[in-house]
Amino acid sequence: MTESYVIETQDLTKRYRKFEAVRNLNLRVGAGRITGFLGRNGAGKSSTIKMLLGISRPSSGSGTLLGRSIDVAAQCCESRRHVAYVAEDKQAYGYMTVAQMIAFTRSFYPDWNVDMERRLLKQFDLPIHRKVRVLSKGMRTKLALLLALARRSRLLILDEPSEGLDPVSIEELLQALVRAAGEGTTVFFSSHQIAEVERVADHVCIIDRGRLVADTSLDQIRRDYRRITFGFSTDPPRVDFTGEGIGSVRADGRQVTVMATRNADAIIERGHRFGAASIDTNPVSLRELFLDLVKEESRDALV
Amino acid sequence: MVFTLNPSSGQPLYLQLMQQIRHAIETGVLQSGDILPGVRTLSQQLVVSPNTVVKAYSELEHEGLLELRHGSGAYISSRSAKKTRSDRFRRAQERVRGLVDKLRHDGLSEEEIQRLVEAELFYPASANRRS
Repeated sequence: MTESYVIETQDLTKRYRKFEAVRNLNLRVGAGRITGFLGRNGAGKSSTIKMLLGISRPSSGSGTLLGRSIDVAAQCCESRRHVAYVAEDKQAYGYMTVAQMIAFTRSFYPDWNVDMERRLLKQFDLPIHRKVRVLSKGMRTKLALLLALARRSRLLILDEPSEGLDPVSIEELLQALVRAAGEGTTVFFSSHQIAEVERVADHVCIIDRGRLVADTSLDQIRRDYRRITFGFSTDPPRVDFTGEGIGSVRADGRQVTVMATRNADAIIERGHRFGAASIDTNPVSLRELFLDLVKEESRDALV
Repeated sequence: MVFTLNPSSGQPLYLQLMQQIRHAIETGVLQSGDILPGVRTLSQQLVVSPNTVVKAYSELEHEGLLELRHGSGAYISSRSAKKTRSDRFRRAQERVRGLVDKLRHDGLSEEEIQRLVEAELFYPASANRRS
């Protein structure tokens, strides 16, 4: 089965003067999935999203959103009709009340999901007569989410939706994302909250210093990724731990730890052949993988 | 039914869900004719991607344990009774319980026992060679 992608970029690059925020990014986001977009602060997440939506222009490279070029204004407008976006700052018109803001937005979309609007209004407990200007950060995020979800868009893009939310609100946010996905919307959201991505996402893309460092499904991480620690009773022999399925290798005294991305069995086998006295295998959490990749990158940069 | 999925356990979530449903059928907690919630409802309840539930349900349907009816949820199949081998399962459970008790008596911690079992299950070749 050929997979269809709602987002595809080729060597997408964004330069701000001499600083490269996004470097030759080749990002692909599959349809019908929840994809988490992870990275540290300033890794290039927002810059990427803004280019995808036509809010800022790529310095070089290209990309498509729902099959339409992100660099041609007319095509970009067309794709934007099917894409709902919750921006980092969750802006709305401050002088309107919550009810007015909803009615105003509703008027643009003939396919507006009134049922979803009512359910979320109730679930989020939004004060409909209060001015948007005086809403708390959490309330503003929930309003932005309601406006985005009730549009029945094909693709929902959220930039750090959980930032500044309390645990209960994060739970409600995740439930809303899952609900949108259940109604057939593809979800792409950036975050540096690893735990929430690990829970709801099907797929994860990790960006570091403007470059894509991981693009994998969470099932694959859980099934194939293993941290294998070999203990040697003599000084560790110079085992050649390079090759297929080996992400990183760290030596610490008589212990060698290998991060395997697949072929864990074969790697364990190799450790045996080199006389390892103990072998410990553990699954790799998304947090560990993230730290490993991001640290790896910083080490490369120092070389 | 209450299901508990652990996102960092080193096993895909859909497999965890399948195992818990299968286990509930084998122990008789779920029986032929019982209904599991629909994909959307369960995914919202568990706060996991709907694809996780879709995958678990369709694999269990393939195994003949579930019958999916559009719009009305997932039924425990009448054929599931034959598939459950509940007596065999219960006997095996007793043996495992006995073994675990014995190992505990020998002074092994729960974590050590778990590691031993996992090593046998996932890496039988290397585990054997170690001894």
